[in-house]
Amino acid sequence: MLSLLPWPALVAFVLLGLAFVLVFIRLVRGPSLPDRVVALDMVAFLAVATIALWTLVTGVTAYLDAALVLALIAFLATVAFGRFIEETPVAPPADVPSAAPDPTRDP
Amino acid sequence: MTEILASALILAGAGFVLIAAIGVVRMPDLPMRMHAATKAGTLGAGLILLAVAVAFADPGVTVRALATIAFLFLTAPISAHVVGRAAAASGALKLWAGTQMNDLTRDLDVAASRAVTADPAPVDPDLAGHAPLADAAEGPAPRP
Repeated sequence: MLSLLPWPALVAFVLLGLAFVLVFIRLVRGPSLPDRVVALDMVAFLAVATIALWTLVTGVTAYLDAALVLALIAFLATVAFGRFIEETPVAPPADVPSAAPDPTRDP
Repeated sequence: MTEILASALILAGAGFVLIAAIGVVRMPDLPMRMHAATKAGTLGAGLILLAVAVAFADPGVTVRALATIAFLFLTAPISAHVVGRAAAASGALKLWAGTQMNDLTRDLDVAASRAVTADPAPVDPDLAGHAPLADAAEGPAPRP
């Protein structure tokens, strides 16, 4: 599509690839579930940015619809993960003895 | 001209996204990571989409790119709010050791003491001398 784009697009692809690697490090290491959810949200942002860049390089504008839909689905996924996190307490309150001990946790 | 502008927007957007990714890895606790991912990440993706809107002369493409930008800018704060609130509510939120002030737990303490007792909120020894707490404690009249 654009004659001048190749080297800035190449540099941008390299930067986006680095960003993907860094965010995946957080996704793997992230000590808690919310950290991983934030990393997944960031992966979706990166995918939207990459698709937009790919649209620009190839000139196929149909990819832009994929970016829009991916942004929508990422938002829904993050909200769903938020509800999931909210409804699964990590540490029960110290003063309330839990009726049924969690089998996945030390007694 | 539009090509130079689009190239500059692409490079700036990719740079911001990379900064966001560095922040997600390097920041010490969840709210700081969300701070990096939400603001810098949204701006970076928005700049790249803006480059698409600038580079294509087609109005349909421009409208779609701008709609995606608007959608990202609307939903990113909401999703960060949902995740932060959920993390705080589930008890999974561990703040950085150097955190100076936690307005959320302070507000929750004030609300809980208001709900349980009709008295003004007792002063938490950790928060004694905190001016906003005193303001909040003597706020509106306690409900019957």
